[in-house]
Amino acid sequence: MDKDIKILSIESSCDETAAAVTVNGREVLSNIIYSQIVFHEEYGGVVPEIASRKHIEKINQVIDRALKEAGSTLDDIDAIAVTYGPGLVGALLVGVSAAKAIAFAKNIPLVGVHHIEGHICANFIENRELEPPFICLVASGGHSHLVSVKDYGVYEIIGRTRDDAAGEAFDKVARAIGLGYPGGPKIDKAAREGDPDSIVFPRAKVEGSEYDFSFSGLKSAVLNYLNQAEMKGETVNTANVAASFQKAVVDVLVEHSINAVKMCGSKKFAIAGGVASNTALRTELERRCDMEGIEFYRPSPVYCTDNAAMIGTAGYYEFIKGARSGYDLNAVPALELGKR
Amino acid sequence: MKIIAIDCSGLVASVAIVEDDNLIAEYNVQYKKTHSQTLLPMLDEIKRMTELDLSTVDAIALSKGPGSFTGLRIGSATAKGLSQALDIPIVEVGTLEGLSCNLYGTASLVCPIMDARRNQVYTGIFSYERKEDGFELVTHLKDCASGIEDLIDKVSDVSRETGKDVIFLGDGVPVFKEVIAERIGVPYSFAPAHMNRQRAASFAPLAMRYFEKGMAVSCFEHAPEYLRLSQAEREKYEGIANKGSNYKTDDGK
Repeated sequence: MDKDIKILSIESSCDETAAAVTVNGREVLSNIIYSQIVFHEEYGGVVPEIASRKHIEKINQVIDRALKEAGSTLDDIDAIAVTYGPGLVGALLVGVSAAKAIAFAKNIPLVGVHHIEGHICANFIENRELEPPFICLVASGGHSHLVSVKDYGVYEIIGRTRDDAAGEAFDKVARAIGLGYPGGPKIDKAAREGDPDSIVFPRAKVEGSEYDFSFSGLKSAVLNYLNQAEMKGETVNTANVAASFQKAVVDVLVEHSINAVKMCGSKKFAIAGGVASNTALRTELERRCDMEGIEFYRPSPVYCTDNAAMIGTAGYYEFIKGARSGYDLNAVPALELGKR
Repeated sequence: MKIIAIDCSGLVASVAIVEDDNLIAEYNVQYKKTHSQTLLPMLDEIKRMTELDLSTVDAIALSKGPGSFTGLRIGSATAKGLSQALDIPIVEVGTLEGLSCNLYGTASLVCPIMDARRNQVYTGIFSYERKEDGFELVTHLKDCASGIEDLIDKVSDVSRETGKDVIFLGDGVPVFKEVIAERIGVPYSFAPAHMNRQRAASFAPLAMRYFEKGMAVSCFEHAPEYLRLSQAEREKYEGIANKGSNYKTDDGK
């Protein structure tokens, strides 16, 4: 590619309004994230209608800042990439509609991007040498996938959750032990003061699908433990519950991941998504990958959370392959990975 | 001056290009596709058909609400994106006053009703008054979400006070036609198909007048006017204990 490709990317699939400017998929000129967390905290989770309303209030400011911080204007943007699924439909529609209107007004090519593909591609930003094929664990509030990344934009899902996503389990347990929302960072913090071996919670296996996940049984086990303690009038050690629960999740994620990497004969493994920020998960994966001689890639926390730079990266690889979206691009809340 | 007008507050997606006193193009679609699939392709089509140079457009006129929450946001995000990219302002027009523009100059009372679910309508009551430079809209009932029976009683009162008959229009008509017929005690009628739904060209002239008066906002300032809180906020204020993340999207209709 002779000319640099500069992409404006937009992400609004859940409760972060984000825009970024990236060059050739791997260089981030700006990455603006407006988090709505304070508006959802009191409801104990993301309220879709509130999320949509906040997106529409902030979308243009976030885009404006992304362009300014990048020292760019719309006139030097080569393509606009936007998340069109999966996610909350009302939230997605704000980013999709704004992206389409800007692309139309300035006659800029438009590329719809899969949110999970964005998370996976976040690994390319800080690891210039990383190229497919590799195995990636995507774990967030809405997703838990083990993905074989065969080439840019070519994915095979090896394992997925049968019920709750990993991050969802963190949120539900955090609420039950009174830590509040969002559960991931709060459990991570509380667990540092607790003993991860003090309570034995189950490590669920899915019969016949050794790479699939199931976290609802673990969540129920924690709730049962809390109920029983309450009936017996015992005081619960929150830190121990947090640490033991977290270890149960981490064990399953790590075990499945390492097995998948071995099964595929791969030597490269990456993580992505909000749960990839979890310090216990990162530490354990570092240890195990080191033991097994697997190259381990993990994005900085800012690229683990929902952000638009990762959408720019994924959009770049779709763009150079010739992918274009029309002005009828719609939000697809249950979009499948690898489908366009 | 030249404006692009947009309305997708209800079942209809509507875009128009209006230059001074000339309607250059208007495209209305009432079909099962979502506004996300129709609105921008429609604008693209009339832009190509009329060889519109987007750099000559002075403002985006937008129906700001009330209406379907999702529909309003598709229109709003589209208008805001156009406004930001073309560096031109947005002129907001209320959806109900915009609907009333379909009946410009009528001697009757204008009562737009939009189905707001939960057995309510988004509504207002308007009439036209002759001024030196044309007709001006007079508001008898400000934009609100109202029970249909309450509205019928209110519009009957206004009708008796003013001696004007009532014309109902909007996508609430097919839903509440029978209720209206049963309850109302004053002369009334329903607007015909060419004027009974949102039309971007109808409110474009009003938007131009607002623009000339300096009533325009930037893309950063504009947000839809929903007239209703989200369900989660409503329940919070109503003091209903409701914890958990299993809220359903509360779409206004």
